[in-house]
Amino acid sequence: MWELFSTFFRIGLFTIGGGYAMIPLIEAKVVDEKQWIGREELLDLIAVAQSCPGIFAINIGIFIGYKLRGKRGAFVTTLGTALPSFLIILAIALLFRQFQDNIYVERIFRGIRPAVVALIAAPVFKMAQMAKINRYNIWIPVVATVLIWLMGFSPIYVILIAGIGGYLYGQIKEDKL
Amino acid sequence: MISLFFLLFWTFFQIGLFGFGGGYAMISMIQGEVVGHYHWMTTSQFTDIVAISQMTPGPIGINSATYVGYTALTNAGHAWYWGVLGSAVATLAVVLPSFILMILISRFLMAYKHHPTVEHVFSGLRPAVVGLLAAASLCLMTPENFSTPSANPWQFWISVALFLFAFVSTKVYKMNPIRVILLCGLAGLLVM
Repeated sequence: MWELFSTFFRIGLFTIGGGYAMIPLIEAKVVDEKQWIGREELLDLIAVAQSCPGIFAINIGIFIGYKLRGKRGAFVTTLGTALPSFLIILAIALLFRQFQDNIYVERIFRGIRPAVVALIAAPVFKMAQMAKINRYNIWIPVVATVLIWLMGFSPIYVILIAGIGGYLYGQIKEDKL
Repeated sequence: MISLFFLLFWTFFQIGLFGFGGGYAMISMIQGEVVGHYHWMTTSQFTDIVAISQMTPGPIGINSATYVGYTALTNAGHAWYWGVLGSAVATLAVVLPSFILMILISRFLMAYKHHPTVEHVFSGLRPAVVGLLAAASLCLMTPENFSTPSANPWQFWISVALFLFAFVSTKVYKMNPIRVILLCGLAGLLVM
């Protein structure tokens, strides 16, 4: 149990820049070093974790913890993965308040904000490739963008509608066959 | 204050439940609820959270839940220890749906992954997630983050240049995002 916790604590601590960055780390720790799961199992697991809602890193941790030690194992890996970020961000939140009105900090963040917007924009095209966007379904991301950006729709509803729409489309297609 | 805790929990529970497509898609949802719907913080404050989440280790979803939980409470005028509790509530809430779902799904989804119904649902979800990402970046292109040509032309054009630099360096040259953020922070300190 302690091994599970410390392994995922380390994974949570060294994951910088999102879930995909942690795949090599998990591979090295969980597959090569501890041999908790096989390499092919990890690939399947990545596909499942991606298609499930929630945080990628947490999802993977839950799956491995559950597989090895049941619900308790899943609890331990969740705690291990989440704890480092929780503590670090809390420390920053407590301190940042005192600095954010400082003129130098404000200037630094004036430079950083446009960069953050670009960092979010950059993966759009890669995601479009992965989602197999073509001329028949390009209207879906376009409509989703307009609904959220110009009409102020909540992304949560957009996701719900898209899932239900996909389901209904499948039903209609099957009826025709 | 109790209602704020309840709303935080409910909001982040929904975000955890419907957060398909990784950290950036989640950011779009968090922004929609936290800035757009509940006005718990300004767009600038939210962008700062994303920047800090990028620079610190850990999943972006956890990072932003922790930070939003704290900021929502303290922005509403409550003491820092209530902020800490807000962090805990938001973080727990964002993880809880995954915890329940992944345990159920790790039993079932492997068997039904190629079931037509599951595939159809995802054929609708995946393109929508792309739209979510595009909307997230468009929603953040505000005067608060970029200034305007009339209000402060110097800051506006520098912001546009930094945006283009960050976009090209990560997209084309695959530069590490942390390095991009650090460089743009340095540029802001020197020229803005």
